[in-house]
Amino acid sequence: MRFTHIFVLLTVCTLLSTITLMNSNNGDTEMQFATLNSELEATPGQPSNPTPLSAEASPAKFAIEIHQPDGPPMIELKVPDSDTAEAKIACSTCHSLREPDFSNKSDVALDQFHQGLKVSHGQLACYACHNPQDMGALRGADGSRIEFRNVISLCSQCHGKIAEAFAHGAHGGMNGFWDLSRGPQLKNNCIDCHAPHAPRYPKMIVGFKPHDRFLDLKDEHATHP
Amino acid sequence: MPPTPESQNKQSLPIAENVTRRAIVKGGFATLGASAFVAAVSPLRNATQYTSPAAFLQQHYTELSAEDKVDVIARLEAETKENYGADVQIADDRPIPGTKFVYAINLSVCNGNGKCVEACHRENNHDRSTNQSYIRVIEMPQGTMDLEQGSTTYSGTVPKDGKFYLPVQCQQCDAPPCVNACPVKATWKEEDGIVVVDYNWCIGCRYCEAACPYHARRFNWKKPEIPADEINPDQSYLSNRVRPVGVVEKCTFCLHRTRRGKLPACLEACPTGARVFGNILDKNSNIRWILENKRVYILKEELGTKPAFFYYFQ
Repeated sequence: MRFTHIFVLLTVCTLLSTITLMNSNNGDTEMQFATLNSELEATPGQPSNPTPLSAEASPAKFAIEIHQPDGPPMIELKVPDSDTAEAKIACSTCHSLREPDFSNKSDVALDQFHQGLKVSHGQLACYACHNPQDMGALRGADGSRIEFRNVISLCSQCHGKIAEAFAHGAHGGMNGFWDLSRGPQLKNNCIDCHAPHAPRYPKMIVGFKPHDRFLDLKDEHATHP
Repeated sequence: MPPTPESQNKQSLPIAENVTRRAIVKGGFATLGASAFVAAVSPLRNATQYTSPAAFLQQHYTELSAEDKVDVIARLEAETKENYGADVQIADDRPIPGTKFVYAINLSVCNGNGKCVEACHRENNHDRSTNQSYIRVIEMPQGTMDLEQGSTTYSGTVPKDGKFYLPVQCQQCDAPPCVNACPVKATWKEEDGIVVVDYNWCIGCRYCEAACPYHARRFNWKKPEIPADEINPDQSYLSNRVRPVGVVEKCTFCLHRTRRGKLPACLEACPTGARVFGNILDKNSNIRWILENKRVYILKEELGTKPAFFYYFQ
């Protein structure tokens, strides 16, 4: 450290003497000062090399941003006698007038507003996750209130191993930077990929196939519709 | 003066007056030899169509000075503009000190949808007509790791019952057989673990392609066709710049992205989140947690190639 200090001081002295010796009308003076400033900013001990070091060596400047739902879901309604007017109503609009049915564990009994909703999530009843006191929030296993924004906390109660893997980047997609000293990383929340009422990841259709020389000849025409 | 019979005789005489049989044979063979030589070197007359003198005289990447690299990159950018009509920026991304890149794929969630294959195709400026890509997803019957039983030609809805999906790309081996096979040292392993190719030094012998037990290398059988508006302009010399015909190419862990701190294109494209990428030298990295806490499988571990690529189960 001490040697670096002396070195920096020496450099500063040399530069200052160079500047005083130089003709002050010289256009290069400003550039010399610029160099001086940048050299002073480089504090001893820190590398003046502009090449950023690894994530381990340099502190993480950017965060892992986990996408969150906007808030409680809203039911979008179109007013029947108008093509343009839209209305949004909260769940509590209806549910504040109705008694919660704690016994219901199946989508078959949903014969009114939620008719057709497919529920395939173990043996969970509606009020295992939804909050009977306030339909604008979720309900933890201990009865505590969990906001819709914090849906990850709700899911993690049962899916602890997945939550652990998620916290270590081993579950759930991501975008952006692996090196957090250079940029942020964006991650999904649970319900970005898993529908909460039927969380099995949906089937997909294969779209893109290379015309590989290892492809079987019998399938060659399959790629040329 | 009327021509004397003598002078008339002289005029009508052929030039090869005193030609011997030996001279005729010599001349015949000389003509034959000369024409054979012309025919033999005739490909050279067309060579300028494929390579400029500057490209022909270019040194190996590791022997290029900083100034050489500036010239080479300017020439390559101009060639891409001329041949493809696209303005591209070719960088010379070098390894970040203190990094060793490692990839992991969660086989429990990969469903074989192939978005990674497509993302690689677009990111790395592959030939559009062949759908070239550095990734091959193998549909495997559950209960075996025998690649002979796998198929890359599956289609339709995935995942299928009784199957699992194994995406295979360059494993960036620590003991890469492909590097040892190259007779001209056109491919080598860099400090951050990425095996790269100098496309301008490669002679296209394809020994490396044969040496790779993962079939990870690709050969450019034809000049890549890519529309100008589909060319990815963010390029790197050792990575996704448009490759010439007749050279071998391979996955570079998207070094034009990862050496700038970003995640690889195949990872960002994966809708199931099966892919994990990181720096194994960073004790807090995702990849370290996976290697320390998950059941990890190494493809063809028995070959001793020491891949920097791991398959894990949830």
